[in-house]
Amino acid sequence: MFDVTDTPREGHRNPGAPGWRERVLRYKWALLALLLCQVGQVTASLLLPSFSADIIDTGISGEDVSAIRHFGALMGIAAGVQLVLSATAVFIGARVAYRIAESLRADVFAKVHSLALSQVQGFTVGSLITRCTNDVLQVQTMLNMGLTVIVIAPIMGIGGSIMAVRQDVQLSQLLLFSVPILALIIGVLTIRAIPLFQRMQKQLDGVNSILREQVQGIRVIRAYLQEARESTRFGAANTDLTGTALRSGRLMATMTPSLTAAMQLTSVALIWAGASRVRAAELEIGALIAFLSYVALILISVMMMGMMIVMLPRALVSARRITNLLRTPVDVGPPSAPKPLPPRSAGLHLCFQDVGFGYPGAEAMVIEDITFDLGPGEVLGVIGATGSGKSTILNLIARLDDPSTGRITLGGVDLRDIAQTDLSSRIGYVPQKSYLFSGTIADTLRLGNPEADEAALWRALEVAQAVDFVRALPEGLLSPVAQGGGNFSGGQRQRLAIARALACDAELFLFDDSFSALDQVTDHKLRTALRGAVREAATVIVSQRVASIRDADRILVVDKGRMVGLGPHDTLMQECPVYAETVRSQAQPEEDAA
Amino acid sequence: MSANKAVQLDTVKRLPDGAASSGPKAPGGAIAGAKPKDARDAMRRIWEAFGNNRTTLVISLLLSVGSVIGSSIGPWQLGHATDLLVSDDFTMSALVRQLLIVGAIYLMASSLNLLQAWLINDLVQNMGRDLRKAAQAKLARVPLRWFDAQPDGEVLSRFTNDIDNMVQNLQQVASQAMLMLLTVIGVLAMMLVLSVPLAAVALGGIAISLGVTRVITRAAQPKYAEQWRETGQLNALVEETFTGQTLIRVYGARDRVDQQFAEQNGALANVSLRAQILASLIQPTMMFVNNLAYIAVVVFGAIRVLSGGLSLGEVQAFIQYIRQIGQPISQLGSMAAQVQSALASAERVFELLDAPEMSDDPASETQLAMPVAGHVQFEHVGFRYSPDQPLFEDVSFEARPGQMLAIVGPTGAGKTTLVNLLVRFYGIDSGAIRLDGKDIATLARSDLRHAIAMVLQDTWLFTGTVHDNIAYGRPDATREQVIAAARRCHVDDFVRTLSDGYDTVLENGGGSLSQGQRQLMTIARAFLLDAPILVLDEATSSVDTRTETLIQKAMADLRQGRTSFVIAHRFSTIRDADMIVYMEAGTVRETGTHEELVALQGGYWQLQHGAQS
Repeated sequence: MFDVTDTPREGHRNPGAPGWRERVLRYKWALLALLLCQVGQVTASLLLPSFSADIIDTGISGEDVSAIRHFGALMGIAAGVQLVLSATAVFIGARVAYRIAESLRADVFAKVHSLALSQVQGFTVGSLITRCTNDVLQVQTMLNMGLTVIVIAPIMGIGGSIMAVRQDVQLSQLLLFSVPILALIIGVLTIRAIPLFQRMQKQLDGVNSILREQVQGIRVIRAYLQEARESTRFGAANTDLTGTALRSGRLMATMTPSLTAAMQLTSVALIWAGASRVRAAELEIGALIAFLSYVALILISVMMMGMMIVMLPRALVSARRITNLLRTPVDVGPPSAPKPLPPRSAGLHLCFQDVGFGYPGAEAMVIEDITFDLGPGEVLGVIGATGSGKSTILNLIARLDDPSTGRITLGGVDLRDIAQTDLSSRIGYVPQKSYLFSGTIADTLRLGNPEADEAALWRALEVAQAVDFVRALPEGLLSPVAQGGGNFSGGQRQRLAIARALACDAELFLFDDSFSALDQVTDHKLRTALRGAVREAATVIVSQRVASIRDADRILVVDKGRMVGLGPHDTLMQECPVYAETVRSQAQPEEDAA
Repeated sequence: MSANKAVQLDTVKRLPDGAASSGPKAPGGAIAGAKPKDARDAMRRIWEAFGNNRTTLVISLLLSVGSVIGSSIGPWQLGHATDLLVSDDFTMSALVRQLLIVGAIYLMASSLNLLQAWLINDLVQNMGRDLRKAAQAKLARVPLRWFDAQPDGEVLSRFTNDIDNMVQNLQQVASQAMLMLLTVIGVLAMMLVLSVPLAAVALGGIAISLGVTRVITRAAQPKYAEQWRETGQLNALVEETFTGQTLIRVYGARDRVDQQFAEQNGALANVSLRAQILASLIQPTMMFVNNLAYIAVVVFGAIRVLSGGLSLGEVQAFIQYIRQIGQPISQLGSMAAQVQSALASAERVFELLDAPEMSDDPASETQLAMPVAGHVQFEHVGFRYSPDQPLFEDVSFEARPGQMLAIVGPTGAGKTTLVNLLVRFYGIDSGAIRLDGKDIATLARSDLRHAIAMVLQDTWLFTGTVHDNIAYGRPDATREQVIAAARRCHVDDFVRTLSDGYDTVLENGGGSLSQGQRQLMTIARAFLLDAPILVLDEATSSVDTRTETLIQKAMADLRQGRTSFVIAHRFSTIRDADMIVYMEAGTVRETGTHEELVALQGGYWQLQHGAQS
């Protein structure tokens, strides 16, 4: 039956994951109470026809008005009990559904924040957001519905049958025919409809995403004269979608009329079957009428279940997407036995040994055989073409991903053995995209170091060449930052992101093409200030601009994922043709107006 | 029981209902609780949208009427059977005849209902398909100005959410609301025929339950609003922290974010529960009222039977009616909301379909002589985006066949607009743009655009394979041709690192590629097109200089015999141009070669100089 245990069924298929069964069983007492309430309220509503049978049989047949009043009062009490019990049941059901959703959301949230970068890219941020918001909501709705509506159907079916048998055993045999027919109708229709609904959801998403692309790419489509092709592409998706929608819609449209017909014909058959026994006074007419009510009650609950089941596929898809995410093993899991980093005073040595990284299934590695080391106070420049794997090197140092081959050590400890909090406290990282968190400027700067005082923040801003524009803001450090930093220009965002890294008391700084939005003058000033500010720290600067890295102690030249040079600028100019060529391509950096 | 479903449907409607995998929708977006501005007009448009199927719609309405008549008189006729059972002139054959009549009525009612539901389903789904098709076709006909005037998200929301919402609600409403409304009318009529006092009791019950629902819904409204606010805040937090996931990890801010999330998550659950306390009262209360009406019918009915005012069969029919009417009544409320929502969406969809369209290509189409030489002239071109803000007043320049023309100037000078005018993304207000001496306004847009390969500032890739993306302008290109173009544009190297090489499907518009890689792909796309005119709008801004140098060599080859327009910030890109057009605030200030403009020591020289100091 499609009660709440249908969702936990997922759990059987994925041992090890925080199972649905476990999640639901956490509320076993609440669920037990809910079940009792539902049984109670169903019983109360089933008593009503039975009392009305008494009214007819003793009251009318016996011409006894006081009996009518008596049973009428009993009916009133039953209705009152049912009111209280069903309100309680609905409330408990909602509570359990909301609490489960709350914990699901928390688990998804925690899971996402432990994923490796490549895993996040694999899922895509958008889909992760959907899983944490919309998908959880779908599951919550389904649970709520399951506990308050769908669960009634089996109780009503069983209870109704018991009451029917109590009224008259012989007539009840009719239910042996009609109930299976009802079940069959629902079963066949839903079993056929569920895959259709799933497909329809996918096709609808497909149609919508094609449209999204077409709106966003309107210029390209027009410039390349591909309007007809896009129409065809859309038309095909649209036709597919409509085909599925038509079929699933027809199945669902069949449900109500056929169930109604089955129930109505059952009531006709009841009168026919009971007729001779009523005439022979073996069956009271009130019992027959009560029987009609039972059939109606059973049917209504079954029909309601049928209607709710329509929503099941969507919730199941959502549940599956959540399960998939929660079951994903974390590529950059925490160490089982974390090893401590050397004390701060010692400084940190970073060491790459034959490090390689590739996406599973890819023909070529993104980077391969990278070996270098970097001591405290040293600066390593990394230069290479677009897509040569420069950023990947930084991502590996920050342990956003783990290397596929080789190993990286920091202070002599393998990165995989360092607790994330230890690692975080030693690293200051400026990403390629200067994403700022909303709040005040002070909030956004304190990301890595919540205890940083104002003086420290101003010092960081000063090095990052951001003092002038922050000071010019009417509210200074308390000025608001919009999500992502959208209320600042690209260059300002980049400088705030640098200040944010500097505000961490870090010993290893990573700059991922972090000066690209700055003009040459600011770039130069910033790098000069940086040298003074991070004297004891090790620094890795990734850049496409020769000017940004030519003063580094050593420069790592990456080409197509491989290391083709490592050394200071002058040496590389002699020995590394790729580097020399890059420098030549930027030979007149003073002519660059970026 | 009957009220149960109504409440649940209502709750579902309040939940954000976006396509499961198409990203989060703004909480409490346009759909929730929207009201149409002009309901009558929207209805008329929907009626028109049914087009040729209007007859079918009317037929299905007639079928509903038939079906409801059947299910209304059914219980009454079944009551006759019961009366026959307890009466003195009972014969089995009379009973069977009566039961056969009832059975036939019921079967007829259900068959009509089935037929009606199928018809409506097909009608509405086909209308949905036609609307989606019309909306998509509209895309190709609206001018870009229209797109500029509203955010993409807004347009998309109308295309997707609104059409979806409209179709879903219309189907529900058309297949059920009519049936329910008719059922209520039919059953009430039957009740009145049977017994006025009992019908009054039933009506009283209906009035009370409607009143109670209204009161509770009103009281719950602010709680729901609060729930939506909390949902919105939580979603914003999720979106923000997921987008900045790497930062949170590297900066060790997990604990703080977790704590913030836990607080908001708990707050949401609590607020939702508070809203639910009230909502959970609706359904049991409705059921309670319905039960009271049922009890009243049984008790008063029984007393009336004793006094001879009613027959037993009539009381039985009444009991069935009371049960039959409960569900539709409780659902009509939510149906009204659905109608409103459907109409509001319909209004937004029709607004989209009514958007002004581009002028057709001129009737007397001038033909371009083939092959196109690529002689482009801008003659006193004037253009403005909005009437009160002229962008170009009088722009003139010329690119001879085979020349490379660079357009330079500070941000906002109108460089991109200029090339957009060349491909007629926008029509000009005065002057003329000529291609091989022909005014482009007199050419068919397709002829004009066939002559131009364009690399736009936005690096648009679609969900499809790398191959298909590169071959976008030439779907018939072979794999060899695609790879050759990819090699020349340095796309080949990184394509090989992808899991399926050229058959890798780029999801989310190639979201996993870097901006530089995307730019290279779009350049390869233009390369493959092999058109007489090449337009490069900041085509290599995110590509590293060394790769750029390499690409420029390839582009220099490509430019041979082609007229090219290049917009770039990097002077290294521009220096070799045959002519440089230096623009400021919509005006051409200087034209000439690099050397000439440097010698002039004007704006071009300053822009370059400014980079130095």
